[in-house]
Amino acid sequence: MLRTGRFVSIMAVAGLLFLYIPILLMMVLSFNASRLVSVWGGFSLKWYGELFANDQLLGAAWLSVKVAAVSATLTVVLGTLAGYVLTRFGPFRGRAMMAGMVTAPLVMPEVITGLSLLLLFVAMEDFIGWPQGRSPTTIIIAHATFCMAYVTIIVQSRLAQMDGVLEEAAQDLGARPWRAFVDVTLPMLAPALVSGWLLAFTLSFDDLVIASFVSGPGSSTLPMVIFSKVRLGVSPDVNALATLLIGFVGACVFIYSWRVGRRARQRDA
Amino acid sequence: MSGQGASAAEGRPKRRLGRNSVIALPYAWLLLFFLLPFAFVLKISLAEADIAIPPYTALLDWIDNTTVAIQLTFAKYQLLLEDRLYLAAYLNSVKIAAIATGLCLLIGFPIALFIVSRPVHARIFWLAVVMLPFWTSLLLRVYAWVGILQSNGLLNTLLLDLGLIHQPLVLLHTDLAVYIGIVYSYLPFMVLPLYAALEKLDATLLEASADLGARPAVTFATVTLPLALPGVIAGCLLVFVPAVGEFVIPALLGAPDTLMIGRVLWDEFFANRDWPMASAVAIVMLVALVAPVMVFRARETRKADGA
Repeated sequence: MLRTGRFVSIMAVAGLLFLYIPILLMMVLSFNASRLVSVWGGFSLKWYGELFANDQLLGAAWLSVKVAAVSATLTVVLGTLAGYVLTRFGPFRGRAMMAGMVTAPLVMPEVITGLSLLLLFVAMEDFIGWPQGRSPTTIIIAHATFCMAYVTIIVQSRLAQMDGVLEEAAQDLGARPWRAFVDVTLPMLAPALVSGWLLAFTLSFDDLVIASFVSGPGSSTLPMVIFSKVRLGVSPDVNALATLLIGFVGACVFIYSWRVGRRARQRDA
Repeated sequence: MSGQGASAAEGRPKRRLGRNSVIALPYAWLLLFFLLPFAFVLKISLAEADIAIPPYTALLDWIDNTTVAIQLTFAKYQLLLEDRLYLAAYLNSVKIAAIATGLCLLIGFPIALFIVSRPVHARIFWLAVVMLPFWTSLLLRVYAWVGILQSNGLLNTLLLDLGLIHQPLVLLHTDLAVYIGIVYSYLPFMVLPLYAALEKLDATLLEASADLGARPAVTFATVTLPLALPGVIAGCLLVFVPAVGEFVIPALLGAPDTLMIGRVLWDEFFANRDWPMASAVAIVMLVALVAPVMVFRARETRKADGA
């Protein structure tokens, strides 16, 4: 185990405080009866009431959940295929190009991805009449495309850890490649697919820039509605929304890490 | 193993068909939705803005059934070179992103060292502490700083109450706020690869260095840092690249004249409705930012594979 001095510990704690103080302040402010940030007007739940009366925010949140769920599922299918092809299929013509295209979105600024996909959709509508205008469908396609890189990398690294012996054994015993994939590879990949799906869902749910380019009128996602609200300054019902979101995600992350940590401790003991 | 699969597949036409269709699906998706769009960006960057739907001129004009007039214009690129605003925005983005990346490294390194120094079963908890903000919304976390930094915000109120200042400081809508926003948002991306590199570090090397009389600072500079270098490079890329093209942070925290290239592209598209200009900015960003980073990454990967 690495030993570190007091200086490192103090710096690390300061860094972690820097990460958490703004989030905690936002959570405290969501219970502030006053609209002003600097005045504590007493404890109140009125911003939560306002949040749940705001149909525009709720509608956008529901749309974002649907878009994120569908695009994450699509992403996992595409990313699994791409990761499997790149690790298990050996050389084929155009493999290097595929590997490049898979990872390039990781270094692509969001504004470029958004603009280029919008121009594609406009041109496609012109040539083949599809997609008709911009809609949740175009957001789903755009999100699946930029999230695919992350899922592919997760699948690739998981497949690289498991050598192909079990799949080969299945095929030697007479399983067709498809059966071997479904019965042997997929179950072993399952944890990677779950984390890939969650990551894709999070990225899609949080995306403002790409969605702004490729969404049409009437399909504003949650980040788009939040952005147009907070551009004009602090908005207490957004504090309430953030508190609910962070509370939910925080609970999930800590339950997960507690379970993994307990398993690790049991293994150590 | 994969070689065997390949030769078996070549033996049977049906299997080859199956194999090819498995390759074809993700391949076609990437070609259509990742590569092809750049052709349209290039095409439209060579057109003129027009009051039409979509708002640009056609490159091909059918004069009659047999004659096509091709109208290409490099006007947008000429403007990019002549108008200082665009070059300034590009250089400013690179500068802001580079400084913010350095700050992330300074703040992130102690955190990564701290996590590695915890017992193995506790590390996962501390990693979760660092990664939790990443799983929540970046937009909301940037927004949290608006309430802290605005002129009647929490920081100014605190400083005024403490008597440290007598007038509120202008903090929001400044370059400083943009730096804070970028460091704050991207810190988890720096800590994770640093942690991954430091976790593999052999602690006995550090003990050997100390036994041989090196002070902690010397051990850090001559042993820890060089061994963590792959993590440092990976972390810096993960922060620098998205920070250069960042839109949300300068839009919410920056001054109206905080020039960043991602914001310029956004404004050309949404505020000016100048699709050709936005496309030309995108092409220049691809050539001057994305291409060098991809080449660098490819070289690093090759080096890592060779080692």
